[in-house]
Amino acid sequence: MCCMGCQAVAKAIVDNGLEDYYRHRTEKAQVGEALVPDALRELQVYDNETLQQSFVHVREGDVREASLILEGIVCAACVWLSERHVGAMEGVLAFHVNYSTHRAQVTWDNSKIQLSDILRAISEIGYHAHPFDASRQEALQKKERNRALRRIGIAGVGTMQVMMMAVAMYLGEYQGMDESIRNLLRWASLVVTIPVVTYSGQAFFQSAWRDLKQHRLGMDVPVSLAIGLAFIASAWATWTGTGHVYFDSVTMFTFFLLIGRTLEMTARHKAGQVAEELVKLMPATANRLSADGIESVAVAELAIGDRLVVKPGEVVPTDGVVVEGKSSVNEALLTGESLPRAKHPGDHVIGGTINTESPLTIEVDRVGQDTVLAGISRLLERAHAEKPRVAELANRVAGWFVAALLLVAASVFGYWYLHRPDDALWITLSVLVITCPCALSLATPVALTAATGSLTARGVLTTRGHALETLARATDIIFDKTGTLTHGNLAVVSVTLLGDADEQWLRRLAAGLEGYSEHPVAEALKADIDALELEVIEAETGRGVMGRLDDHYYRLGSLEFIREWHPTLVASGEPGTTIYLASRDAVLAAFHLSDEPRREAPMVVRELEAMGITVHLLSGDNPIAVATIAERLGISHFQAEQLPEDKLTYLRQLQDQGRVVAMVGDGVNDAPVLAGAEVSIAMGKGAQLAQASADMVLLSDNLAVLPFSVEMACRTLKIIRQNIVWAIGYNLLALPLAAAGYILPWMAAIGMSGSSLFVVLNALRLKDGRVK
Amino acid sequence: MEILYILIPLAVILAAVAIAAFVMSVRSGQYDDLDGAAHRILMDDDDPMIPKYGEDKKGKDASGD
Repeated sequence: MCCMGCQAVAKAIVDNGLEDYYRHRTEKAQVGEALVPDALRELQVYDNETLQQSFVHVREGDVREASLILEGIVCAACVWLSERHVGAMEGVLAFHVNYSTHRAQVTWDNSKIQLSDILRAISEIGYHAHPFDASRQEALQKKERNRALRRIGIAGVGTMQVMMMAVAMYLGEYQGMDESIRNLLRWASLVVTIPVVTYSGQAFFQSAWRDLKQHRLGMDVPVSLAIGLAFIASAWATWTGTGHVYFDSVTMFTFFLLIGRTLEMTARHKAGQVAEELVKLMPATANRLSADGIESVAVAELAIGDRLVVKPGEVVPTDGVVVEGKSSVNEALLTGESLPRAKHPGDHVIGGTINTESPLTIEVDRVGQDTVLAGISRLLERAHAEKPRVAELANRVAGWFVAALLLVAASVFGYWYLHRPDDALWITLSVLVITCPCALSLATPVALTAATGSLTARGVLTTRGHALETLARATDIIFDKTGTLTHGNLAVVSVTLLGDADEQWLRRLAAGLEGYSEHPVAEALKADIDALELEVIEAETGRGVMGRLDDHYYRLGSLEFIREWHPTLVASGEPGTTIYLASRDAVLAAFHLSDEPRREAPMVVRELEAMGITVHLLSGDNPIAVATIAERLGISHFQAEQLPEDKLTYLRQLQDQGRVVAMVGDGVNDAPVLAGAEVSIAMGKGAQLAQASADMVLLSDNLAVLPFSVEMACRTLKIIRQNIVWAIGYNLLALPLAAAGYILPWMAAIGMSGSSLFVVLNALRLKDGRVK
Repeated sequence: MEILYILIPLAVILAAVAIAAFVMSVRSGQYDDLDGAAHRILMDDDDPMIPKYGEDKKGKDASGD
């Protein structure tokens, strides 16, 4: 066991007879942070009616329903564990977790159990639950998906029935069939086709109508024309008992086109879901100072002028000004740099940042939509909404293509009407069906779906459609240093002993002195060390701590702090950060901390260079640190002390040379460069806003998947090209044949389905057979 | 062949039933989680039908077994 938290979780699991969890789990669980009693008390705020309004749905009487996001789920056994543990509680009527999305639905009787109890139970077994406002995008997407499924189902069943009867009719034409039986079959086909056209076909008719109203010719216009004309002609033929019927073409056509559309929609939804998950909720509760003391309130109830207490380790609930206290605040949310900034009374703090050292009292000056975080989210939403250039171009080309298509169809109709009026209609239908860009419209989405699936299995999330295609064309890649090529955490690299004391004892002493601090330097000194228990007397932000053990006083801190006792101390000259430990009598040790590069980084640089991609390193850090890392990793193009504007200038220079640049970063200060690069990749543990704005996210934080991603992107591009060549080639070949009247509508429909099938099977080659 | 006058309309009715069943299944949310069912059947959480002496209803053994 690594900590009391894990031990408590294990005990809870065993006590409830759920040991099967250990037998079935396929992934090791994340080390959860034990919820301190304070945090558990804060859960009670979730019982607040006002807060519940946004995510709790009240059913009859005391029965309530809520949606939650569960954090920490890494495999199927985790889901099973949560469901069993929470489901067994008295008062919980239903608890169901969705394996794919990690959303949970809980229904409970509010008179028997409170929501906070449920949340506490979840944290007992080591997971965190966030309330989730399902009334937004998720619900809309669900509706869209269900509608698409219903349409496909109806089209599918209709197609099968109609094809059965069509086979009978074709055989009848060949062998001879009673006219009455033939009419029966025709009427039956008509009845079955009606729901297909009126319900499933709506997808195309509505879209075509929308396009036409905007005076634009979209892809759905010829499709709607084909379906509509074929249906009307066949209905007429059935009614009058003459001519040919094309119900089989109509239904098959609808069915296969719908499948293509749904694939595209699913990919889009997945991307959207990921983006939403990444921007986690701001804290829902805050500690407000009132006349009676500190009370836990919902952030939604805060007003300007309220005074809040933010303890060390807590997230600042909203924008404000420090009125009391001295501490440092981790602004990694914005900058991606893990070294915190000192805050004194009068300084501004931003909602969403983390207080690291000592309690702060702040006065709220901005709430809700006015906060910095809300403003940045709005900017990002706008950036999302702007379509990538490629899609705009495709839309315009599509308009001309469709116009040409309709012209061809009209002229074919005109020609045959003059020569063989009976056949004019079905020949035109064949032409319309054959030229329908069905395979063409499937070519790209199906390949992208398969590729993103393979990548996701390896821990790379693609949030934008164009990301893969652009990555394949990348000629250069720019890396940020801290947090990207390096872990972003300080670690003790070496210890210089300046006295006689034993190193291990000195490490334990340092860990004990840093006992109460959450500063990254403190974390590095405390990591994996059994701290000595001592009394911390003084802690000064940015300088150091002083403590007492067995009547000896010790100081641990920066050069200047120790110099107050030992003025002759000389700087060690090592790169990175150095912290000194001294007693009143002598300087005892110097701890050298630095940010280690990731183990896989050298190999990744090598493989990328081998693929012909030039690797660059741009960092805001000092030249020595940057040069050291660049040398270790074998990167020849690097720049230090880069401000965001400098990074952007460097990027533009590369792009002016005609190069396609990919950018890998983790902080929001990288945001302008990430937006400027053709394809941007964010690290999974980096600033959340950077993740939300990037085109791809490395969830596993492992750089080794980068060469694989580039290779996958190249393969995807190749397959997309093959698909497009095939689709266009097939169309070009078939069009003259159809115009000449050699292709009957049912042959056209089968040919079209066959070419779509070919395109899909070709794309399946992208599915990586290896499991992660 | 006159039997077809019954069979074909019957087939159409059956198709309508199939469509209704499908629409109902989509509405009930069966398609929301396509991976879950595959994992759930592997989880061995059948509570014993006959509780052992001393066990309460939830299958937890009171004797601490």
